[in-house]
Amino acid sequence: MSKVLIIAEHFQGKLNPSTAKCVTCAQGISGADIDIVVLAVDAAAVAKEAAALAGVKRVLRLERAENAEALAAVWAPQVAELARGYSHVFGPSTTFGKDLMPRVAALLGVGQVSDVMTVESAQRFRRPVYAANAIITVEVPAAGIVVATIRMASFQPAGGGGHASIEPAQVTAKLPTHTRFVARSAANADRPDLQTATRVVSGGRALASAENFKILYGLADALGAAVGASRAAVDAGYAANDLQVGQTGKIIAPELYVALGISGAIQHLTGIKDARTIVAINKDSEAPIFEVADIGLVGDLFQIVPELERLIRAR
Amino acid sequence: MSPILVGVKRVIDFSVRVRVKPDGSGVMTDGVKMSINPFDEIALEEALRLKERNLAGEVIAVSIGPSDAQQQLRTALAMGADRAVLVQVDAPVEPLTAAQVFLKLVQKHQPQLVILGKQAIDDDNGQTGQMLAALWDRPQATFASKLELDGERAQVTREVDAGLETISIDLPGVVTTDLRLNEPRYIKLPDIMKAKKKPLDIIKLSELGVTPPAAPIRTLKYEAPAARSRGVMVKDAAELVAALKQRGVL
Ligand SMILES: Cc1cc2nc3c(=O)[nH]c(=O)nc-3n(C[C@H](O)[C@H](O)[C@H](O)COP(=O)(O)OP(=O)(O)OC[C@H]3O[C@@H](n4cnc5c(N)ncnc54)[C@H](O)[C@@H]3O)c2cc1C
Ligand SMILES: Nc1ncnc2c1ncn2[C@@H]1O[C@H](COP(=O)(O)O)[C@@H](O)[C@H]1O
Repeated sequence: MSKVLIIAEHFQGKLNPSTAKCVTCAQGISGADIDIVVLAVDAAAVAKEAAALAGVKRVLRLERAENAEALAAVWAPQVAELARGYSHVFGPSTTFGKDLMPRVAALLGVGQVSDVMTVESAQRFRRPVYAANAIITVEVPAAGIVVATIRMASFQPAGGGGHASIEPAQVTAKLPTHTRFVARSAANADRPDLQTATRVVSGGRALASAENFKILYGLADALGAAVGASRAAVDAGYAANDLQVGQTGKIIAPELYVALGISGAIQHLTGIKDARTIVAINKDSEAPIFEVADIGLVGDLFQIVPELERLIRAR
Repeated sequence: MSPILVGVKRVIDFSVRVRVKPDGSGVMTDGVKMSINPFDEIALEEALRLKERNLAGEVIAVSIGPSDAQQQLRTALAMGADRAVLVQVDAPVEPLTAAQVFLKLVQKHQPQLVILGKQAIDDDNGQTGQMLAALWDRPQATFASKLELDGERAQVTREVDAGLETISIDLPGVVTTDLRLNEPRYIKLPDIMKAKKKPLDIIKLSELGVTPPAAPIRTLKYEAPAARSRGVMVKDAAELVAALKQRGVL
């Protein structure tokens, strides 16, 4: 029988919704037991949240002073040690999971399946390659542990109402001291989170300056939306790096995605393919973004966006 | 001064619209433009800058792949790498095997730093650097947008979902590059001529003592992604709002 261990992603005592999405993915393996491990100095609050997720059997508290920051080099040996009792180890395909999970896989001597989008069976998964221009079905050999990262845009978070048991866990792994946390900075802490937002308004190179980029915020506020950006807008310094949407940025699946002055390069489209409704405003009627847009509007965004904001607020 | 090892993977160029073969056995590669993985160009650029600031010794470009990957290695040499190593293998290797290859080369060349891309844009795996760091039992600093060397240590700013994170690692270690670490230089014609004289060693995977896993992760088939159909065009903001309401979005 399958036993899945999910590595909880959390920050400042709060569970990241990515963990609940991993639970949904794990439920795709029929009859699997699902455990979540919380690595922290004090895991109590996060463990409680995790234990309430529907379908979870046990939540393990792995508490050590060294776990204050999610340093992959420090966490991986602990996860690898716990993983030996499981058939599957899942982490989210967020920067947290992408950093940690391959290190865990290598310590276990197995390959990793990145960005699982569907579970076909306990050993068989579908995942995107070539900026999601192809979807492959892969089969992991039955002999080893399956280590995978889970694509966030492909799963809904598991619901609440669960009553998992919460238990302490211990490992004997020797932890390295060669990696130290120094600092973090968040540019957009007061705005809706891009990865979980149901609506997103994104801007591209066309915005032409950081100052201009702010006109997006008015529209985003009117819609209750998070703000995103193309790589070109981030590279040019109009928007912060954590707003980049695409193959090498964030892959998102909002109900509504509004692309303003974004041409629709392959790498950008990879990030928005799962959006329910895509709206594109671009002055070039030939822009590739219109090939995927559900609603397209050809015109100058500097004229259209203020008008659109006014109409939405007046609604 | 110790060298820097840099990964140079040969991949389908980022501008190509990749298509799945009708029989689902792979993607079309005939006549398709091949390039250095963009993240590896960034890795190489960073290594060259460190060398130019006298913070590193030789820059060694490493590719694991078919004989044709010599083209990408020649490009790397033209960019400024001092030497290149092709670990020749006909079938693509999985990241764990690539990491084992890099480990062998690390043991041979004793670099202070291995700089790889955060992901190869063909398989989009994003695993090799982290796996190498695990096998080597050394630090990893993934998704780097800033790298500062300070004697025995490196301070690395990382692009993470919540913004930026800075960590300090002891050297030697592994760094993987994000897009904003630098802008790779353009190659000048004389550099291409010079590159022809630089050493490019070819070794077989088996000669390195690395064997791909007996039971690898197998790719069973390739499929084209579900296509999104073209939607409606509206002519102004008012029509757009109406269309959104009609779809139940507003
Ligand atoms: C390895 C690699 C990874 C990458 N990863 C990503 C990624 O994750 N995400 C990403 O987004 N990109 C990524 N890219 C970059 C991608 O290839 C494109 O270069 C980028 O998406 C272009 O951004 P853009 O659409 O804002 O700019 P452009 O392509 O320059 O498009 C600007 C658009 O604005 C329109 N416009 C101009 N003025 C106006 C106006 N006044 N009103 C309305 N429209 C106007 C123009 O018609 C044009 O279509 C990656 C590239 C590489 C090589
Ligand atoms: N076959 C290869 N040849 C050279 N470098 C590689 C190879 N495979 C992976 N790498 C390095 O590892 C990085 C990440 O690759 P991946 O884990 O496949 O996404 C790449 O950007 C390269 O720097």
